[in-house]
Amino acid sequence: MFEVIEVSGIATIQDLGRSGWRRFGVPLSGPMDAFAFQAANLLVGNPVNTATLEIGGGEIELQTNQDCVIATAGAGYSLSVYTWEFPLWDSCLARAGWTVRLKKGGSTGGGMWAYLAVAGGFDVLPILNSRSTYLRGHFGGIEGRLLQAGDPLRVGTVKLPLADLSGRTLIEDARPTYVESPSIEVIPGPQVKSFTDESIDTFLSSLYRVSATSDRMGYRLEGAALSHSRDVDLISEGMTIGSIQVPADGQPIVMMADCGTTGGYPNIASVIRTDFSLLAQCRPGKDSVRFRATTIEAAQEKYRTMMEKMKNGIIDS
Amino acid sequence: MKPKILPLGDSALLIQFGNEINLETNQRVHALDALLRAEAIMGITEAVPAYTTLLIHYDPLELTYENLSKWVNTEMDRVESSASRKPHLIEVPVRYGGTSGPDLEWAAAYHKLSIPKVVHLHTDLTYTVYMMGFTPGFPYMGKLHTSLVTPRLDSPRTLVRAGSVAIAAEQTGIYPIDSPGGWRLIGWTPLRLFEPSSNAPFLFAPGDEVRFINEGIDV
Repeated sequence: MFEVIEVSGIATIQDLGRSGWRRFGVPLSGPMDAFAFQAANLLVGNPVNTATLEIGGGEIELQTNQDCVIATAGAGYSLSVYTWEFPLWDSCLARAGWTVRLKKGGSTGGGMWAYLAVAGGFDVLPILNSRSTYLRGHFGGIEGRLLQAGDPLRVGTVKLPLADLSGRTLIEDARPTYVESPSIEVIPGPQVKSFTDESIDTFLSSLYRVSATSDRMGYRLEGAALSHSRDVDLISEGMTIGSIQVPADGQPIVMMADCGTTGGYPNIASVIRTDFSLLAQCRPGKDSVRFRATTIEAAQEKYRTMMEKMKNGIIDS
Repeated sequence: MKPKILPLGDSALLIQFGNEINLETNQRVHALDALLRAEAIMGITEAVPAYTTLLIHYDPLELTYENLSKWVNTEMDRVESSASRKPHLIEVPVRYGGTSGPDLEWAAAYHKLSIPKVVHLHTDLTYTVYMMGFTPGFPYMGKLHTSLVTPRLDSPRTLVRAGSVAIAAEQTGIYPIDSPGGWRLIGWTPLRLFEPSSNAPFLFAPGDEVRFINEGIDV
């Protein structure tokens, strides 16, 4: 078991999310950076959908009362275990009584979210078949809320010997290239014709800053306003993570992990899966993004390649 | 209108059946949804029916957009000819007006109807759950009697109590959890719409039919 000693920022328990309930209006939730999340799990030998700790915008210190293997992944953080510093994307042993600390500031400069996976996973009560925390709904994870000092985090059963799981790394070539102002690929949305041609050009050529008011539900973007060529009120329809909606004020909003299941603003484009991690790692109030169009075939091929590289990229360091 | 298939990003596919809210279009959405669920295709993770659209979420590691859209096209022909299924009917007891429905009096005045007449018009029809969304378990039901079509609040309430029965435009709904809300509140039901830890967490499902039962009017 781990105990939370000290925590700040948005720290929650997340697995891959609450799939199957969106038809009832329940958001998917799950990690903001699904790539880093899955890599952290693979590094400690877990199935990719195992519950991990996600932290953004703050720091956390934990203490373990059992020997375990942990791994971290993401951007903008560094890890210390007992008295040693470890890079992200490595697995290591944490002995009973040791403290584990995720601190802000990484090797890459920017970065917003990090994942701490433990072999066996964090064993919290599943709600609607998922251990993900849904903050707005007040359920999942630990009582549907942010982690607090004093919270106990139980560790699930580990099948493999710990020695086999520690000292592994994800090769650098398999990791996403996180940068402070990424170029993000998008696929034009179902309502792309609801925008003027000039607005589409503007959207694909301007720099948009991620607003400080962004959260796990949505990243609000600030930049050149986009104009609609027709009514902005749409009959509500399903939307998903990565969908970019444009309300009447013309400032786009990217739907993030906790986004609603349906929406009524026109969708100009959607961020592709591989690039969603790059966008999620942008710091609200600091970093900016640019968008460029791609095709669905190219996007799906890029995603398959990325996931293949992740699965084959884990080696003993 | 012939349904249109469009990508929504690289992991979802949107099928548009029409561009206005009506029961016939919505029934086609639910018919295709039922067919997809019955066939349990590998790679389809879930589908979200809405008023005029069905959104299919899929795993691009298992299915390409091209293969899925081809398959949906073939299925669509089967939907058009398949007999309509018998929906599940749920009765909802409602206490109208007073603190249960603080906007009932306003709604009656707005429509120049008596309060009992408004309640009668609300309980007289069988509604369809066109879709669910907004908060977990919130049913968007319609259509209201044309004399009950009511504008939303200019500024939403910051807190609407769970169980509140409300109307807005041509729709009626019930708030499943305490949340903000901009619909006009006309009554309250003791039924629980969402129980996260139950085996059957939701009272309603998209496509269900609903009737409201008048349990009394407070003034």
